[in-house]
Amino acid sequence: MKRFVSIWFPYLLTDWYALHDPSVRDTPFVLKANIRNRVTITAASLAAVQKGIYTGMALADARAIFPALQAFDQRSGVAEKLLKKIAAWCIRFSPVASADGTDGIIIDATGCSHLWGNDRLYVTDIVNKLKAKGYHAKAAMADTIGAAWAMARFRNKSCIIHAGKHNDAIAYLPVESLRLESDTVQRLHKLGLHRVADIINMPARTLSRRFGKHIVQRLKQAAGTIEEYIEPVVPVPQYHERLTCLDPIVRIEGIEIAVQQLLERVCNRLVKEGKGIRQLLLKCWIVDGKEQTVSIGTSAATTSIKHLMGLFTLKISTIMPGLGIELFMLEATVVEDAQPKQEVIWKTTAVLSDVNITELVDRLQSRFGNIAVKRYLPAQHHLPERSVKITSSLQEKPEIDWYTNTLRPIILLPQPVQVEVTAPIPDYPPMMFRYNGSLHKVIKADGPERIEQEWWIRDGRHRDYYAVEDETGARYWLFRSGHYDAEKTYRWFVHGLFA
Amino acid sequence: MGVQQANILAGLRKDILLMQGFKPAEHYAANSGGLSLIADAFPNGAFPTAAIHELLYKGYESAAATIGFTSCILSHLVANAGIAVFITSDDIIFPQALAFYGLNASNILFVKLANEKHRLAAMEEVLKCNGITAVVGEIKELSFTDSRRFQLAAEQHGVTGFLLRQNAKNMATASVSRWKVQPAPTIDHTGLPGLSYPAWNIELLRIRNGKPGSWNMQWKDGKLQHVTGPAVVLEHRIRKIV
Repeated sequence: MKRFVSIWFPYLLTDWYALHDPSVRDTPFVLKANIRNRVTITAASLAAVQKGIYTGMALADARAIFPALQAFDQRSGVAEKLLKKIAAWCIRFSPVASADGTDGIIIDATGCSHLWGNDRLYVTDIVNKLKAKGYHAKAAMADTIGAAWAMARFRNKSCIIHAGKHNDAIAYLPVESLRLESDTVQRLHKLGLHRVADIINMPARTLSRRFGKHIVQRLKQAAGTIEEYIEPVVPVPQYHERLTCLDPIVRIEGIEIAVQQLLERVCNRLVKEGKGIRQLLLKCWIVDGKEQTVSIGTSAATTSIKHLMGLFTLKISTIMPGLGIELFMLEATVVEDAQPKQEVIWKTTAVLSDVNITELVDRLQSRFGNIAVKRYLPAQHHLPERSVKITSSLQEKPEIDWYTNTLRPIILLPQPVQVEVTAPIPDYPPMMFRYNGSLHKVIKADGPERIEQEWWIRDGRHRDYYAVEDETGARYWLFRSGHYDAEKTYRWFVHGLFA
Repeated sequence: MGVQQANILAGLRKDILLMQGFKPAEHYAANSGGLSLIADAFPNGAFPTAAIHELLYKGYESAAATIGFTSCILSHLVANAGIAVFITSDDIIFPQALAFYGLNASNILFVKLANEKHRLAAMEEVLKCNGITAVVGEIKELSFTDSRRFQLAAEQHGVTGFLLRQNAKNMATASVSRWKVQPAPTIDHTGLPGLSYPAWNIELLRIRNGKPGSWNMQWKDGKLQHVTGPAVVLEHRIRKIV
């Protein structure tokens, strides 16, 4: 059985305005807008309403009632934005909260209120917290969204409708409480059908013939015979745990205890479902409403609390608790199946996927950044700088074997260094070359090994590589880019050093 | 008397080694890290694993020789099954070449950290990881305390560490050995033109409980072999090593 809380803000916009401009608080003021060439009141504050001013009244009429009335321009779209923000804030009461129209919020409170003691304490807490923030609010709890909506708006104070009693509760409310279009409401009144009780027992076919299908749907939604869905303002994560704190937490030890508790809950659940964590997000809500997030990633699915805690310890110091954290939320944003797999033929993966190694990589990555740790795999290219592929995954396997036909230098310079070379005749290895400020006399040489540019990737000259050894035994990898020609457009480079 | 005394002395020496943290058998490479030809230089006649080895070099030329020599030892230590880690300040090591020294580069983790302090921290983190066989770190300078911490971590977790120390100044470290590898001219007896097997002049400057020496060796057929003549073992220098 579901439970919903509908919150109604009768003075949403004026409350919001008073928060931004405290000087107008408790004074009668209105927000106005130009509607059909008439300055109309779009929102009236509590004090203004008590003077008899209501929304939809012309500003001139209101000024006639109360000459000192202050009026401010209303910007469009404020209410929707504001409600979205409040709905996101309401995540502390339930994971599913949604903005409802332009003056309310719907919370799916199923299974939430016991955390506050009972339904009454839950609803009272919601209203009080909103009041403390400066918003007048009325809330009602019922089994259906329709009933909760109606009770929040058409009862004088916040109320709880006990399970199964919502049909009786809405029966004596006016038909407006069914969320109908205004012309339907007018026609109902014209026919003397003023209360929900008057129409609730009418056959559905009769009603839909006279008033359209909408009214039947609304009635069924209020009664709970058809399901109504709300779109949560924050998508509900699959694996997440929340921890509300009685007192705001300021100290690092407190945060660590909170994270530890949340990790235990999330991991226990994942272990039962045979899954492991790849990415975790910790959200901390500070008392002043700000949110701080810390995320960690792992290179293999894990449920080791000790390891995850270790990764968090490195990051917890970046959290600024300010006035104190009142709510922690831990969310497993990426999870993977972590069933122990059969050992594969390719033995090396089994070693790299060893839990010690993956945990080491996680620690290094969370400390020095994700790009700090990498592996090289052979790539299907001949040009040296393209012949290796960088990967950060521990699972990726090489597609081809490493190239071993000819010797490659152990040090490959990031940029080939241009050198002056003396070479006897074309296509012979050089006799001597000047590199790093000293002259190297070539004693032995191998080559050329021609490596062409890959024309489908980049145009360029081919390279003729020579392995040469100088008189001290140092071995270099030289190449000439381009052919010998009369204009001497070819150039020589040192590209690497052999061991 | 001679035999008896010699036995007692050998026993006592072993006890001293044990007290110094040198455990027999399990902390020695079974194949001497490909250095079986110079095994006499090592304590107990085998290349010490789970220890820190330092390699000194200057410039790219000797860097290449040093990395090549280290790769040779690594390939024997990991023996196709272990995981090695390289911690470097830039991306100059060319993985394509490692296959020549018997290393499978896809099984090596490369950690690139420009900051020396970060490399020290990463080195210690890796030395404390049980699944790792060996780690090669580009650590230019380290204090005695750092080196002692590395050595203890290596002993405790069975990881062999190699420190590549370019232009190093501080020589007061707790490492087990100190090497200097220089490129040497390749020598080919077949008379074919061109380059032969990579050859190095390997100097073992310091080895705890062993005999320092200098050798000319080449990497041939998957192991290190003497290039010319027998090993030139320097006379046993007595040095206090902490």
